[in-house]
Amino acid sequence: MTATPLLELSGVTVHLADRAGATGARKPVLDGIDLALAPGEALGLVGESGSGKSMTVRAVTRLLPGGAELDGSIRFDGQDVGAMDAGALRAYRDNGVGMIFQDPRAHINPTRRIGAFLIEALVRNRGVGRREAEARAVTVLTEVGIDDPARRLRQYPHELSGGMLQRVMIASVLLAEPRLILADEPTTALDVTIQAEVVGILDRLRRERGLGMVFITHDLDLALAVCGRVAVMYAGRIVELREAEELHQRASHPYTLGLLGSRPSIDERAERLKAIPGRPVSAFESGPGCAFADRCAHVQPVCREVRPELEPFQGGLVRCHRVAEIALQEVQA
Amino acid sequence: MKPLQLLRRARAALGPSGTCAAVFMIVVLVAAVAAPLLAPYNPNAEALLDSFAPPSASHLLGADGIGRDILSRLMFGARTSLLGPALVVSIALLVGIPMALAACWYGGFVDSVIARVFDIVYAMPGLLLAVLAVSLFGPGLVPAVAALSIAYIPFLARIVLAAARQQRVSPYVDALSVQGFGAVRITVRHILRNIAPVVLGQAAIAFGYALLDLAALSYLGLAVQAPTADWGVMVSDETALQQGYWLPILAPGVLIVLCVLSLTVIGARISGERPQPYLLRRARKSAVAAPALTGAAS
Amino acid sequence: MGRLVLHRLGGLLTTLMLSSVVIFGSLYLAPGSPEDVLFGSRQPTAAARAAVAHRLHLDQPLPVRYWDWLVGVLHGDLGTSMVTGQSVADRVGGHLGTSLLLVTLSMVIVIVIGTGLGAVSAMRPGAVDATANAVTSVSVTVPSFVAASLLISVFAVHLGWFPESGVGSGLGGELHGLFLPAVAMAIMNCGFLARISRNALREELQKEHVQTALVRGLPRWAVLRDHVFRNALPPIITAVALLTSGTFASTLIVETAFAVPGIGQLTISSVGQKDFPVVQAVSLLLVAAFVICNAASDLIQALIDPRLRTTRRTA
Repeated sequence: MTATPLLELSGVTVHLADRAGATGARKPVLDGIDLALAPGEALGLVGESGSGKSMTVRAVTRLLPGGAELDGSIRFDGQDVGAMDAGALRAYRDNGVGMIFQDPRAHINPTRRIGAFLIEALVRNRGVGRREAEARAVTVLTEVGIDDPARRLRQYPHELSGGMLQRVMIASVLLAEPRLILADEPTTALDVTIQAEVVGILDRLRRERGLGMVFITHDLDLALAVCGRVAVMYAGRIVELREAEELHQRASHPYTLGLLGSRPSIDERAERLKAIPGRPVSAFESGPGCAFADRCAHVQPVCREVRPELEPFQGGLVRCHRVAEIALQEVQA
Repeated sequence: MKPLQLLRRARAALGPSGTCAAVFMIVVLVAAVAAPLLAPYNPNAEALLDSFAPPSASHLLGADGIGRDILSRLMFGARTSLLGPALVVSIALLVGIPMALAACWYGGFVDSVIARVFDIVYAMPGLLLAVLAVSLFGPGLVPAVAALSIAYIPFLARIVLAAARQQRVSPYVDALSVQGFGAVRITVRHILRNIAPVVLGQAAIAFGYALLDLAALSYLGLAVQAPTADWGVMVSDETALQQGYWLPILAPGVLIVLCVLSLTVIGARISGERPQPYLLRRARKSAVAAPALTGAAS
Repeated sequence: MGRLVLHRLGGLLTTLMLSSVVIFGSLYLAPGSPEDVLFGSRQPTAAARAAVAHRLHLDQPLPVRYWDWLVGVLHGDLGTSMVTGQSVADRVGGHLGTSLLLVTLSMVIVIVIGTGLGAVSAMRPGAVDATANAVTSVSVTVPSFVAASLLISVFAVHLGWFPESGVGSGLGGELHGLFLPAVAMAIMNCGFLARISRNALREELQKEHVQTALVRGLPRWAVLRDHVFRNALPPIITAVALLTSGTFASTLIVETAFAVPGIGQLTISSVGQKDFPVVQAVSLLLVAAFVICNAASDLIQALIDPRLRTTRRTA
């Protein structure tokens, strides 16, 4: 990457305060995350619950829960996010990044009108006049496909459906004109039929404006459709990072292969769904070696003892001791 | 169940604060019941030489303006101060529970009428009803207790009603109905038994508030009256107040506060909540570390 | 919204009417004839007896008597005092003002200290919160008469900062005299309100929409004001309305303790003097205050939280 990356995470580790343990005991939830995002690029973060994907974007916006500790560095356009003072942080949150949350109904104040929600940041952070701000809001609402936008401004959140509220959320992010969008499972809380529409709008508008995006989801296929690169996370670590187009052919980590293999296919006839045995673990539950060791079909003693590093393999990065051997087995099989 | 096992279970259910509170209340109760045997003096025995005597070996808590031993008056006072609320709560439960259960079981019209009645009675402050009663029937414990009992019926009955309604819609009630058990039997043997902890807990809290109300009425001279030893009456000691002696007033006051505090804690533990004032009836969400807005992280 | 107001108003009026029935009818529950109750232990002349009997319209059926009485009340005729012979309304008028001032003063103290303490507790979890919790747990059980006696003893008798009884002249004098009574009534209520506001604020602080506001770069004070405090208001306002109605009832005790000439003290002294028309009238006023406060809280809640603007009963 020759130009300054829009977003760069180096060795990002997050520990949460442990309630039950003694004071000072900390639970790691993110363990050495390294990522770089070019301006205008879309990166997918895929993982199950406990993988740390949400925590990653919270670290990027510095909205970690109370008592959390952050190690490592996060740089936005070269600036160290962790070192920002209050004013710089507010400017960064206002104009640098925009976040789309998972459940719009919970994330929009139910006692205030949609209009107030949309123009709040413009009016307070940038001193835009109310009428001007409302005019801009109407424009953006139209772009996200909401009809009769002027009337919507007067309505309350409980009068809108989930899909419409998520579009409102997207609109509010676009209004702020950020350079990076962080979308944390934006369609998980919506009906399946609405998902495609909402993701489509988000994708189109992002490309039109040339915005960077980190797209979090547990749905691998969704990430592959929307993003240029996809990072698969497990137990607070990135286990595979690859170009989206190549993931199907060149997926190498056993976990990624498990995810790909467990999707039911309409073309095949199968007796049982292929599932990965065991349950997903969080960073603080994993041992000294590879976090996936207990669930991996290819596990060897070295896997439990030594932590694998993220290393290049076949055009992407993979965190696995035995990746070369496994790939060979697949070819032979 | 063996008594030791029962005690252990009670201790576990009450928790450390609840157990302390329960022990305290038992001590007070014993003092009240055994006052004639345990109290060092007759509560009405005057000894002007000892007027406002400070605490000493002969008067552990000192004496009041006319030389009556404060400790003895507190012990005898416990009798009236505890008896009144006990009557209030018992009557309120005896009347309120059947009404609430009937409203719950029959639903519909019966329910709305009874709920309306509760609303009306609830609209009048208990103290005021007691004042009305006293103005009609003259001062005394009987009119005060009668009026307060009526005033407390809605407070307890509404809780019974809410809890019973929850039970009513549970599948087991339908199952019992289908098996042919009658309304009374289901209500009493099953529903009532299941809501007993909540009801008893609230009854304990109501006991505390009734104690406060009756003490206030006695303070005003409308319920128990001087010279009878009663905590409320003792707090109203004018002479002590004007001459600047605070122990004759503080002692009964502190006792009242401690009793109500204990009862509130016990009541909350029995009904299964963390101790909190009765006004607070919100669903509790599990506490999560409050995010960036508090403390230093931003 | 208009429907909601009408609905609540209807409920309020019904409750007031039924309470007035109870207050009116209580006269007839007592032993002896109504005139006996009114005269109490006084020995009336035959003329006085006849006058009272005539005023009570004892020849009319009960509902008619009730109606006459109610109409009279609504016109400001609260009857005649058995003790002073003057109109009850006159007696009550001046006293009402003092009581209103007292209740207002007390509630101002409660709101400032209660919400302040609650806010501090909510914003500083840990040692500060635990201490505040312990303090409020105790203050919630301190009844107004105990507080009254202790306050008189310490601040009036020993320190002499405030008068033991009565109120001074002029607004300043009145407030000076009403301060201790107001504090006596406020102690218990401060504890309640502190706990309620602490819980309401803590709940709001953890809501996700607060995160949204923060991540948009809004300054902390704006987020606190527009998203946290504003949303936490409904339970706080309900509590304030309930506590106000309770404070009206407490005036019976505290005004007597401090000899403040308000309607509470008037009620108690009238009971002592067996002046039933006054007791009746003041009871009606206190109930009205009580009921109005409760109804007001419903309405204000609906104003703030648009989701509550249906006509279902709130809890």
